[in-house]
Amino acid sequence: MSFITRGFSGCSRERDERLPPGQTLVQDFPVLSAGPTPEVDTAEWEFTIRTESSVHRWNWDEFTSLAIDDVDTDIHCVTHWSKLGTSWRGVSLDTLFEQVETEQEYVMAHSYGGYTTNVPLDELLDGKAWVAFEFDGEPLEPEHGGPARLLVPHLYFWKSAKWVRGLVMMEQDEPGFWEQNGYHLHGDPWTEERYW
Amino acid sequence: MSDAATGTTAPAPAPSAALLAVPRSGWHVATVASTRRETPNASRIELEVDGWPGNAAGQHLDVRLTAPDGYTATRSYSIASSGAGTRVTIAVDKLPDGEVSPYLVDEVRAGDMLEVHGPLGAFFVWAPDAADAAAAGEARPVQLIAGGSGVVPLYAMAEAHGAAHDLTSFRLLYSVRSPDDVYFADELRRLAEASAALQLDLVYTRRSPAGWPTPPARITREVLEAAVIPAAERPRVFVCGSTGFVERVADWLVELGHDARSIRTERYGGT
Amino acid sequence: MQHVDGNALAGPLAEFFSFDLTTAIARCSGCGAVGELARTMVYRSGAGTVVRCSECDQVLATLVETADRAWIGLSGISAIEVPRG
Repeated sequence: MSFITRGFSGCSRERDERLPPGQTLVQDFPVLSAGPTPEVDTAEWEFTIRTESSVHRWNWDEFTSLAIDDVDTDIHCVTHWSKLGTSWRGVSLDTLFEQVETEQEYVMAHSYGGYTTNVPLDELLDGKAWVAFEFDGEPLEPEHGGPARLLVPHLYFWKSAKWVRGLVMMEQDEPGFWEQNGYHLHGDPWTEERYW
Repeated sequence: MSDAATGTTAPAPAPSAALLAVPRSGWHVATVASTRRETPNASRIELEVDGWPGNAAGQHLDVRLTAPDGYTATRSYSIASSGAGTRVTIAVDKLPDGEVSPYLVDEVRAGDMLEVHGPLGAFFVWAPDAADAAAAGEARPVQLIAGGSGVVPLYAMAEAHGAAHDLTSFRLLYSVRSPDDVYFADELRRLAEASAALQLDLVYTRRSPAGWPTPPARITREVLEAAVIPAAERPRVFVCGSTGFVERVADWLVELGHDARSIRTERYGGT
Repeated sequence: MQHVDGNALAGPLAEFFSFDLTTAIARCSGCGAVGELARTMVYRSGAGTVVRCSECDQVLATLVETADRAWIGLSGISAIEVPRG
């Protein structure tokens, strides 16, 4: 029954070859949220990587003393917006995994507030992912995932878990929060892996 | 309701008498019959809705807009009117970064067609001779509390109350920025004048009319306590406004002794 | 982003259920709270709708919609009481 509403164009939708299929450009930074915004004090903050044999921990000071990368990248949200040339600072997952021994190939990211998302380990290494704590030269705001969020820009942005608190290695790939509820297990924007 | 196995008990909720009383929802084509400025920031839109089954006071509808490229946006709006018939009135506040409300407030004009889904929601409703009051063997008074554009569904309840010459004691507390921002100002005044059973209390948060007894200020717990039907009279309470407003008011009501089960809320988001 | 009330679920759920599910009473599998779905907290975004218990914040239900499919998750609800007319 749907018909075009006279005079309605919705948000502006520009085209650009840096945009994956089905995406449109935005200048602002929409906030997507599945729950209340956790307020996490950096004094309490902790990041862990849990493997089959051990747990690696960093507090805020230890974490921000690691090698820090400047990252300029495009981000693509499954809700059809993309943002080009965003700038972040954070710690590469390569740096974090230097000290980690594991045979397991899959990762579940866990966040303050309970959110989870799954990513294969090889999609996090080789300069493809960071734990970011600055956006656009400023500390990452809580509504955008601060103090720190996962940044996996080559996958849809729901994989870049806000308020990340740790990674748990897994033997097999298992679905995280949105992946259990309709979203794609992998989430490549260039092949439009949006849903099951 | 009790659970012998765990020993926990929960109070039995009031029967949802409205469940079967509200008309079945569906998608309809609405033609804009008229639009007018409601406040400097809002429009009143009267719709002629093909096949509309009527609605209870307090219900809402969803409006779906479709762009030429197929993009759609859907938003919920409270209905300011109630009863049988196919005329439906909504009042829309323009949100600064909104996608749908600026279109509805600034662009839409008589003769335009919109897709609407409704009537929706059988929980945040009031009906004359409310069956649950009758079932309880007493007519409980009704306290309405509105923040800004949250007055729309509560206006529908007050209007239905007046139209039915219902004798249930009604009180509407309406928190609003300034006299210019009052929705349905003339209608509310007339309703309050026409019925001894309706009392209207306005609280101005930014600018009061000349000669108003109190300076403009955000509502406080003390103001709320003074302007609502006391908890001892066991009013049914409907609160509608921004999420922040509703959370503050609902928390204060519970602190003032109101039964949480007697408070029904409709948060519309925002700040 | 601010949540709204479960009332707002009436439209989306009316696409899939033949009665107004917001007046049905659900039990949270986390804390055991019992109440109408209209009393829950609803977080809406382009990605989907997340319904949380107003007592303990646990995720009760999710709704993800596309033009031709929808996913209704009820992971946090242990039972729903539906009045019979």
